[in-house]
Amino acid sequence: MLLNNLFDDPARADRLISIAQSSFLPLVKGALTYTLSLTLISFFFGLILAILIALARISRVQPLDWIARLYVSVIRGTPLLVQLFVIFYGLPSIGVTIDPFPSAVIGFSLNVGGYASEIVRAAILSIPKGQWEAASSIGMSYRQALQRIILPQAARVSIPPLSNSFISLIKDTSLAAAILVSEMFRKAQEIAAATYEPLLVYIEAALIYWVICLVLSFIQDRLESRLDRYVAK
Amino acid sequence: MITINDLHKSFNQLHVLKGISLTVEKGKVVVIIGPSGSGKTTLLRCLNVLETPNQGKIQIGNVVLDFSQNPAKADIARLRRQTGMVFQNYNLFPHMTALENVMEGPITVKKMDKAAARDKAVHLLTKVGLADKINEYPFQLSGGQQQRVGIARALAMDPQVMLFDEPTSALDPEWVGEVLKVMKQVAQEGMTMVIVTHEMAFAREVADKVIFMDQGVILEQGKPEELFTHPREERTRQFLKLLR
Repeated sequence: MLLNNLFDDPARADRLISIAQSSFLPLVKGALTYTLSLTLISFFFGLILAILIALARISRVQPLDWIARLYVSVIRGTPLLVQLFVIFYGLPSIGVTIDPFPSAVIGFSLNVGGYASEIVRAAILSIPKGQWEAASSIGMSYRQALQRIILPQAARVSIPPLSNSFISLIKDTSLAAAILVSEMFRKAQEIAAATYEPLLVYIEAALIYWVICLVLSFIQDRLESRLDRYVAK
Repeated sequence: MITINDLHKSFNQLHVLKGISLTVEKGKVVVIIGPSGSGKTTLLRCLNVLETPNQGKIQIGNVVLDFSQNPAKADIARLRRQTGMVFQNYNLFPHMTALENVMEGPITVKKMDKAAARDKAVHLLTKVGLADKINEYPFQLSGGQQQRVGIARALAMDPQVMLFDEPTSALDPEWVGEVLKVMKQVAQEGMTMVIVTHEMAFAREVADKVIFMDQGVILEQGKPEELFTHPREERTRQFLKLLR
């Protein structure tokens, strides 16, 4: 359709090119200011939460394990969009009103925390018991063993699945459009509405998401080979 | 240096240690032998509380743990600080170089400053014959070299007692000699050592006392020449015969 129109109507082709050009900067700006910052901040807090939940899951203190299981179950068992709506549209009715951006950060962090905790837990459990024992045998406390011996090794194991979560998160941030965060997808919706060229604008947005994810995959490869330096090839 | 009094350990229904009592004097080398399942490794692991005994007392240096009450974490930590452990599978930290493996305890646990810890680690790695391997990662080292790093790592904490859990059992035969040589050297410097091993020639040469364990008890103990040449118990005789 688009192509046919272009050949039939040079004026429309010019118009499309000019819309593509004029929308590019606002979209990239939306990506840089909101999409990326939302992703980075949420992933940072989400990861801290994930480590805490993973530790609770492997803890010998039973109630901690139960609470962590319940949390993971709720996060995984409910749609992210619903979680965001509860925080942004729901909480004000009990007097808790949070701005769009912080609402989104809270929602995404809680979500990442739930999913990534299983990755972190599996990674910690994949480290041989002998590593814990060796750490204890030179006098380390649980915390020292975790920080110095176990987590650094678990980090290597969890890079590929965590990168997956990270890339999913970038794309999931488009859901923040629904709670009024002016990230890239919301910008795209606004431009599409104003120009009546949704196909063009949404494809443009899709391409920008894709490029961001390509760059991140590249960084993941670099990180993996760096962390693999101590593993026999 | 070490006094063990009526030590019991069960794993669920399985009674693995049935009342072990033993003393090891300072500077002596004790070798524990026995068939698999006799409890020798469990006994060694109880000595630094990698396994928690159900009952009995362990004294190492001036730290006493009574397992009929639950010992405090701090006391367990104090006991561990007196012991160095060498594992069958080395258990080196794979994400650290040989040098970093040896420096880790002094820096993280003893809060030694980095330069001093480094000097100490270099000294110890030189002593175990690995001066030229300090910057290698464990995967770049042979089994024998890894085990020698393991010994250096344990020595770096200045333990009063060194525990060796079948330190040569996972090694290819060609690497066994170099590890035993280092252990002998440590013994000659006056370290108190408890060794679980199947290296009878080594036991004969280095041990002050050999202990034969069977089915969770110490069946027989004595000087190596006595125990190896004139074992009193029939089970000991059978076991030694199997090894020949």
